[in-house]
Amino acid sequence: MRAAIVIALKDLSQRIRDKSAILLGVVAPLGLAFIFSAIIPDATASSFNVHVGIVDNDHAAISAGFIDEVIPAVEDQGLLTATMFDDTDAALAEVETGSLDAVYIFPDGYSASVQSGGGGTVRMVRNVDATIAGQIAGAILDGYLAEVEAVTISVGTAAINGGQDIAAITAQAMDSPATVTLADTEASDRTLDTTTYFAAGMAVFFLFFTVQFGVSSLLEERLHGTLPRLLGAPISRWSVIGGKALTSFVLGVVSMVVLAVGTTVLIGANWGNPVGVAILMMAGVLAALGIMAVVAVISRTPEQAANWQSIVAVVLGLLGGTFFPLSQGPRLLALVSKLTPHAWFMQGLGDLSGGAGLISVVAPALAMLTFFVVTVGIAVWFGRGRVLAP
Amino acid sequence: MNILECEGLVKRFDDLVAVDDVGFHIAAGETYGLLGPNGAGKTTAISMISGILEADAGRVMVAGKEITTRSTDGNAEIGYVPQDIAIYPDLSARENLRFFGKLYGLPKDRLKIRIEEVLEVIGLTGRGDDRTEDYSGGMKRRLNIGIGLLHEPKLLILDEPTVGVDPQSRNSILESVETLGSAGTAVLYTTHYMEEAERLCDRVAIIDAGKIRAEGTRRELVQLMGQKDTINLGVVGSARRLVEALQPMQEIHSATAVEGSVELLVDGASTLLPKILEMAHGTGVTVSGVKVIEPNLESVFLHLTGKALRD
Repeated sequence: MRAAIVIALKDLSQRIRDKSAILLGVVAPLGLAFIFSAIIPDATASSFNVHVGIVDNDHAAISAGFIDEVIPAVEDQGLLTATMFDDTDAALAEVETGSLDAVYIFPDGYSASVQSGGGGTVRMVRNVDATIAGQIAGAILDGYLAEVEAVTISVGTAAINGGQDIAAITAQAMDSPATVTLADTEASDRTLDTTTYFAAGMAVFFLFFTVQFGVSSLLEERLHGTLPRLLGAPISRWSVIGGKALTSFVLGVVSMVVLAVGTTVLIGANWGNPVGVAILMMAGVLAALGIMAVVAVISRTPEQAANWQSIVAVVLGLLGGTFFPLSQGPRLLALVSKLTPHAWFMQGLGDLSGGAGLISVVAPALAMLTFFVVTVGIAVWFGRGRVLAP
Repeated sequence: MNILECEGLVKRFDDLVAVDDVGFHIAAGETYGLLGPNGAGKTTAISMISGILEADAGRVMVAGKEITTRSTDGNAEIGYVPQDIAIYPDLSARENLRFFGKLYGLPKDRLKIRIEEVLEVIGLTGRGDDRTEDYSGGMKRRLNIGIGLLHEPKLLILDEPTVGVDPQSRNSILESVETLGSAGTAVLYTTHYMEEAERLCDRVAIIDAGKIRAEGTRRELVQLMGQKDTINLGVVGSARRLVEALQPMQEIHSATAVEGSVELLVDGASTLLPKILEMAHGTGVTVSGVKVIEPNLESVFLHLTGKALRD
């Protein structure tokens, strides 16, 4: 153990000296987390607000239902701010300049036309740059119009059967509760807020680059001719491997801790229960160490190892949902992501951040430890007899 | 007292037998040379002796302790200086020495003293804190040796330590080895330079194709040749044709064409030389120079293996 520590301390001093570990382990993930969280709005945060304008040329039941019932309900949830306009051109000009994300335009006689079965069109114009805000504005209107269509069909059916007063049914439908609501995303579905999501995503993504420094340094020892010297020293061969693994582990843990603290202090990330986060970090570092050890073992030179490790890190990072939430992708992707430690790390952190107890990290941690055990087994199998060949 | 005893060492790489039944011993204060051309099996042999490479057969004992790839105790008695420069370029000489000193378990105070002593011996005291990537090739070579000396081993193994070294550094390295030998350290020195083996080594083993062909002091090895002389002819024309013409002569024991020259191992150079020059003239080869060499390790090697050391 003493020799392993001596080797690890030497490796760590080399890594700190060449600054590559600091760059990849701290600076890059911290910078990217900051940039991503700054440019991508948080759909769950109250600070994100859709600004819409409404031009009501209808002044009748359907537009009134939207303006008086639906819009206030969404405004109450802090998602949307609506401004009424009398002049269509003025509203469109606001959209053009970006002051508004979208504008709804109810045409004159819209309610009458719909209620008489003649149909009609509500126009929505959105700002080309406000992609997400425009989608939200569209979804609110679509939800309401779908409800109106259902009511219209009911009214039409009643009219055909001649059994009920059409005006009464229409009034009843228009008095029904708001049709658009937002789900509570704080705790019930345990997703990370945008800042924490990118902080954690970048941390685990770059973790795979950070731990490679340790395991790949065995190849550098061979390149520099120092490996025979280590093998000739009065230390066990496991000390050499242990020293390299210890280097990777320390680099991984330190970079994760620095990122967790840094993103919490600098950009307000909420990682959750520190004990649970520590468990997830340890398991994540071990999983990354095992995977990168396999790549190092099958590589012949440090350059080849670095290339392969970068490819593996990027592919696993993308599949594992470190750049975009997997819930926004196809279901198959969510399933495939379980083959990466990244997805388990993000899941565990999501549960923790959402307020779930420490027990919630057990399954993700066990999954990542399984990655570690399996990959270390593969590395030992492939590397036997050749990793420490002089 | 023997510091190193090895016997029956064998190492195979697939079908190639790199080391075949090699065995010898080295006493305290003795410098022992393994003399052979590149690829003769020298590095493979010392890799097994220093516990880096597992032997397929045979046994190595250093200071009474068995050396294998799993042993650790005996390795502390060995100072291994690999053929390639084996230092960390991004660390200074002091940091390199400190790291390896810790691996060899030197106590902190002792390590501090030894680092300064070694830097003094290898002439790097003034540059000890500079990164070694900024060193000249000779300085790196000297540090390479210094690391092997740091823990004061009973057996120092030097694998071709002067390859690619400038004459000044080379002389400094040879002087250091001479000093070590006289201080009681057993030295195993591999080289393909005959002059180094003759200068440094108390005993020499001539190794070729993985086998030790002969072993003994310089005098003993030269005696193997009887009264044979070596004639080196500088030639203009086909050296190979001249060799073919000379080979049938009874007094010529071996004839080798080497880069515009012909090397001959003969009985009685002075009486044979006129005949040889006449034959060269007859085969259309112009002799541009003649050198008659007293028997030495180079000619012993030629005699034993039929080829030159630098073939």
